[in-house]
Amino acid sequence: MSDYNFAYLDEQTKRMIRRAILKGLAVPGYQVPFASREMPMPYGWGTGGVQVSAATLTPEDTFKVIDQGADDTTNAVSIRKFFERTAGVATTEETEKASVIQTRHRIPEAELTEDQILVYQVPIPEPLRFLEPRETETRKMHALQEYGLMHVKLYEDISQHGAIATSYAYPVKVSDRYVMDPSPIPKFDNPKMEMAAIQLFGAGREQRIYAVPPYTSVVSLDFEDYPFEASKADHPCDLCAAEDSYLDEVILDDAGNRMFVCSDTDYCRSRREAGHVGRLGEEAAA
Amino acid sequence: MYVAVKGGERAIDNAHAWLAEERRGDTSVAELSLVQIREQLALAVNRVMAEGSLFDPDLAALAIKQSRGDLIEAIFLIRAYRTTLPRFGYTLPVDTGAMACDRRISATFKDAPGGQVLGPTFDYTHRLLDFKLAAEGEAAEAPTSAPRTEPTPHITEFLQGEDIIEREPMSEAQPGDLTREPMAFPADRSVRLQSLTRGDEGFILGMAYSTQRGYARNHAFVGELRIGTVAVEMEIPELGFAIKIGEVELTECETVNQFKGSKTVPPQFTRGYGLVFGQSERKSIAMALVDRALRWKELGEDNLGAAAQDEEFVLSHSDNIQATGFLEHIKLPHYVDFQSELELVRKLRREAAEAVEQMAAKEAAE
Repeated sequence: MSDYNFAYLDEQTKRMIRRAILKGLAVPGYQVPFASREMPMPYGWGTGGVQVSAATLTPEDTFKVIDQGADDTTNAVSIRKFFERTAGVATTEETEKASVIQTRHRIPEAELTEDQILVYQVPIPEPLRFLEPRETETRKMHALQEYGLMHVKLYEDISQHGAIATSYAYPVKVSDRYVMDPSPIPKFDNPKMEMAAIQLFGAGREQRIYAVPPYTSVVSLDFEDYPFEASKADHPCDLCAAEDSYLDEVILDDAGNRMFVCSDTDYCRSRREAGHVGRLGEEAAA
Repeated sequence: MYVAVKGGERAIDNAHAWLAEERRGDTSVAELSLVQIREQLALAVNRVMAEGSLFDPDLAALAIKQSRGDLIEAIFLIRAYRTTLPRFGYTLPVDTGAMACDRRISATFKDAPGGQVLGPTFDYTHRLLDFKLAAEGEAAEAPTSAPRTEPTPHITEFLQGEDIIEREPMSEAQPGDLTREPMAFPADRSVRLQSLTRGDEGFILGMAYSTQRGYARNHAFVGELRIGTVAVEMEIPELGFAIKIGEVELTECETVNQFKGSKTVPPQFTRGYGLVFGQSERKSIAMALVDRALRWKELGEDNLGAAAQDEEFVLSHSDNIQATGFLEHIKLPHYVDFQSELELVRKLRREAAEAVEQMAAKEAAE
């Protein structure tokens, strides 16, 4: 432990954040303004997620941090270390063993349970931001449920490209009310958002918290004749042969040979331990 | 063969060790002490205090040393530190009229009570490299005279006596605090001023300069610029009266701007206001210009669509800690999102190529 309060933030600040979280859970998908604090990591590097995790963690929790689905990416390591140091909580890389999971850009492949909380790091919480840069305007649009602009954007995609040209941070409608940014997860992950776990979203720089309670409807925006499609690379994992996981493409050599591996490193590890072997799995194990 | 991208933890530790070594530089060269930074790089210390929102020259010096002279990094260190400090209460508003001035100039009057005091300024130096400094010579002692004992009146008070400049509305309202309440628009002037005084000097300077070049021009005279120390007083509940708890150095700038008048208000001068920790002259003048530009609505002026008039634009982008964090986060891995873009672009290209082929086949058949 260190000289800082449990999980770094002082209790008053945590209380303020918990109020915002509760409000967010009460109004699913609504962006609750909160007085975000300067954290000892830069804005844009997960300060929102870190503040939400700090307000959520208790000494009994087991904490997992992933970035791009992996536990060992540099920023995930840095955030995990931060809470090891300031909260002294147990940490794990195993999805099932974690009670709080902070993530950037992915939802774990393993199905989450009612005993888990998934905390997302969010860069731009406003799904309408790139259609309308003004906060004063977008808040009005949400209040009036004026989402026509978003549908026009998706329609224009179809008319120009023949498909909706959004592959990540794909907008969703929560509980049939608010259009919400799911954070920059690939759209492959969108269907997983109707889940048993609590989902909390923290945007530190933009000073917003929002939430999706368990078993809440989360619908990816689409059209009847152009239905939403979760997509991934059309390969099995080269290490564990998984057909159902989101894959990273890795360039192997100067000749441009590639391999595809699970982006969720814990999922891949557990499958390999269970005896699944992919195209290059033998070689990798050697 | 594919090597799993393990080892983030060791890579980070090693990077930090290397950084510490680079920070120290050549160990045969004497190490900088904090007092050296505080005394000899005072303007850098001032900037870190101003944008870090924490008046503590020693901590600012430490931050500059730790950040290898990267002032935005130093400001970040100070901000991250100050956020952990408990807040005991609020001081009384400082009385800049009672400031012990090191410098006090007015561009609007040739002379005024209190006089024109140049103070330690670069203004009339010729910007010629002084190679004597490289030889580490002692500075010549500056001549001194007895300080003024009576307070130095604000220049705008004289204009106010004639009722030819707008009066600042008196208010007992609690000023906003953007470190405790999330920013909301429209923001009132107290929050705007707080945001500007913490804002990035370069950004505020650029915004102010744009008003001078015609983007929402509001020709500004520097009514007064003063630099000096003021007493900080706080009311102690147990005592029932205010006591002085310390001193801070401030730079205050009041601009006098033109105003045509409106249906209800006769022609008069208007004001812009800048107040910054330490000797931060450029910043305080720039702040006053931007403050004035942002006041178009309350003064019944036209929105000219200029960036400096747009409070949401200015206030949302003035904080260099927010800006640098978000800018630099694009260094972080984004390969999951990039992968999904890669799939999409490949798919769209495939479909486009197929469409062209079909078209060609159709034409050949005809």
